[in-house]
Amino acid sequence: MTTDEVPGGAPARTGRWQPFRSLSRAMFRGFVRDRAALFFSILFPVLFLLLFGSIYKSSSTPKINIVEVGRVSVLDQALAGSQGQLAKVLIITHTKSLAAALNDVRQASQDAAVQQQGGRLIVHYSIANPTTAGVVNSVFSGIVQAANQAASPHPPAFQLATEQVEDRSQKPIQYLTPGLLGWAIASGGAFAAAITLVSWRQNKLLRRLRLAPVSTTSIVTARIAVSVVVAIVQTFVFLAIATTPYFGLQLSRYWWMAIPVVICGTLAFLSIGLLVGAVAKTQQAATALANLIILPMAFLGGAFIPLTFAPHWIQQVSYVLPLRYLVVGMQNVMSRGDGPASALPAMGILLAFAAVLTVIAVRLFRWDEI
Amino acid sequence: MTAAITAQNLRKSYGKLRAVDGVTFEVAHGEFFGILGPNGAGKTTTLEMIEGLREPDGGEITVLGLRPWPRNPALLPQIGVQLQASSFFERLTAREQLRTFADLYRVPAGRADEMLEVVGLTSVASTRTEKLSGGQAQRLSIACALVHRPDLVFLDEPTGALDPQGRRNLWDLLREIAAQGHTVVLTTHHMDEAETLCQRVAIMDHGKILQIGSPATLIRGLAHPVRISVESGLLGQEEAQTLADGAAVADDGVSLTFTTTEPASVLARLADRDALAGLQVTGATLEDVFLNLTGREYRA
Repeated sequence: MTTDEVPGGAPARTGRWQPFRSLSRAMFRGFVRDRAALFFSILFPVLFLLLFGSIYKSSSTPKINIVEVGRVSVLDQALAGSQGQLAKVLIITHTKSLAAALNDVRQASQDAAVQQQGGRLIVHYSIANPTTAGVVNSVFSGIVQAANQAASPHPPAFQLATEQVEDRSQKPIQYLTPGLLGWAIASGGAFAAAITLVSWRQNKLLRRLRLAPVSTTSIVTARIAVSVVVAIVQTFVFLAIATTPYFGLQLSRYWWMAIPVVICGTLAFLSIGLLVGAVAKTQQAATALANLIILPMAFLGGAFIPLTFAPHWIQQVSYVLPLRYLVVGMQNVMSRGDGPASALPAMGILLAFAAVLTVIAVRLFRWDEI
Repeated sequence: MTAAITAQNLRKSYGKLRAVDGVTFEVAHGEFFGILGPNGAGKTTTLEMIEGLREPDGGEITVLGLRPWPRNPALLPQIGVQLQASSFFERLTAREQLRTFADLYRVPAGRADEMLEVVGLTSVASTRTEKLSGGQAQRLSIACALVHRPDLVFLDEPTGALDPQGRRNLWDLLREIAAQGHTVVLTTHHMDEAETLCQRVAIMDHGKILQIGSPATLIRGLAHPVRISVESGLLGQEEAQTLADGAAVADDGVSLTFTTTEPASVLARLADRDALAGLQVTGATLEDVFLNLTGREYRA
């Protein structure tokens, strides 16, 4: 008797892909009908994008509050001559009382108080916030120099031309998108594999499948296929939202190279989930353990805190975390404008990581609770 | 014809606990065979070794002429397994569930729908399995075990969590299945279930089989006295004593009860005197067999 023949003489349906297809369909239906899973994998990351997006948006252009005591003509002329550039940095209020102004500065409700006595511009500031103090100093020395320059008959010998090293691609959304998407894919993969494994072991479905003519390969590949499809859907939904004018993500030319990175990342995090599922006995334990791995990794691996701005030690730690390679790999091709080949090392590392962890998980794997 | 299952001197220990300790039995083709015993008697471990889920520490097993361990892909399509828990895919409807299993065994979807009707679940075909009642879920898991028409079906505590009505409904279904020629192996800790369904039972305790035989043979072998009761007051006390001819007589004011090992003669004499109103005859049950074998009350 061949395996395609069914005892009892019922006609065989199709070939060897049948179990894979039906398992994939069953898992996919199970996922789509699970409102909590849908929320956490699709909507939750978007909420994070909204949250982080608004935080980084407001902090990206720091402003300085200045009290003008009496009339300060140097400042007024500088404001008029800067074509609105200074007005973007300075918020100016007026007062007649020096004492009140100084008090405001001491209480940190104002960053500096300015008065002019003939040719002297006096700036009162607090060093409570050294960064602001530094900005106040440099802004006003710039204003005074520009005023001196304007009053001098000689043309300026040197001119300063500034250009930002980071171009548009380094607006917060450009690194928030790959970061948060990476986190969403990481937790999606890890939780899917861990919960499937533990709940199927708990309700004995795993045993039932072991007694059906289904290969382990069919079960595993079905799980991978469903997770990869879900991750790709996550990616497209996330990118569709991030590229709306509100968020303003600019996709660079080879952004589609992010898709193979997403697939490799999904494999890597499925393998983490497989390991968690092999070790954990209950769903609660699996959830806790997966959170324990994914959440710190989100902070240390460049998802929540962009690695460029992260402390040195975080940057060092990130090299051993798979999330780093998922995030950086996506970032390079998606928003930094690097060529398609720039994603290859990250993909290789993610695949190697997946392979090693899968081998360990298979060794720890148990069909049964006992 | 070879037996559907042969088990020779099966042994399995977990640490110091000898879960199965030298179990030997055979199941014939087409037989409804029960493995009976209290929880922890070793029924499930025995079944798991036969199904090929566990490797025996010792002994020989053949199932339909094949060895179940290690996992034997040639054997799997020929056996159907219903497990203790309801092992379903999450959030699928009853029909989807059954069709998925049909797919795994490469059986047409039409057969799945047919099976749904056999177990009487057509009306809840579109209900998710999480919302099925205990009895419906058990029926569905039995349907999943039978969808590929296996020669041999294993049912592990099929009526475990059901109410009396649900158990009786399920018994009818199990009898139908047996009537279709499947060989059925059932484990249960319900004595009445084994008695009513099984052609032969193996009574297990502490990892050993205590006795094997048909329930009727086992009960008869006890030579256990039968209790015959009729309404109190039909016979005077003296008349009753005479009639009893040595059997114990008791009258509690409601029933007059004879306890005898020769019920036939007592019944005949009661009939002669036309004193059969409210007649009840209570024989021994498998519980008495168990009590006799182990010297202790049966507690499931």
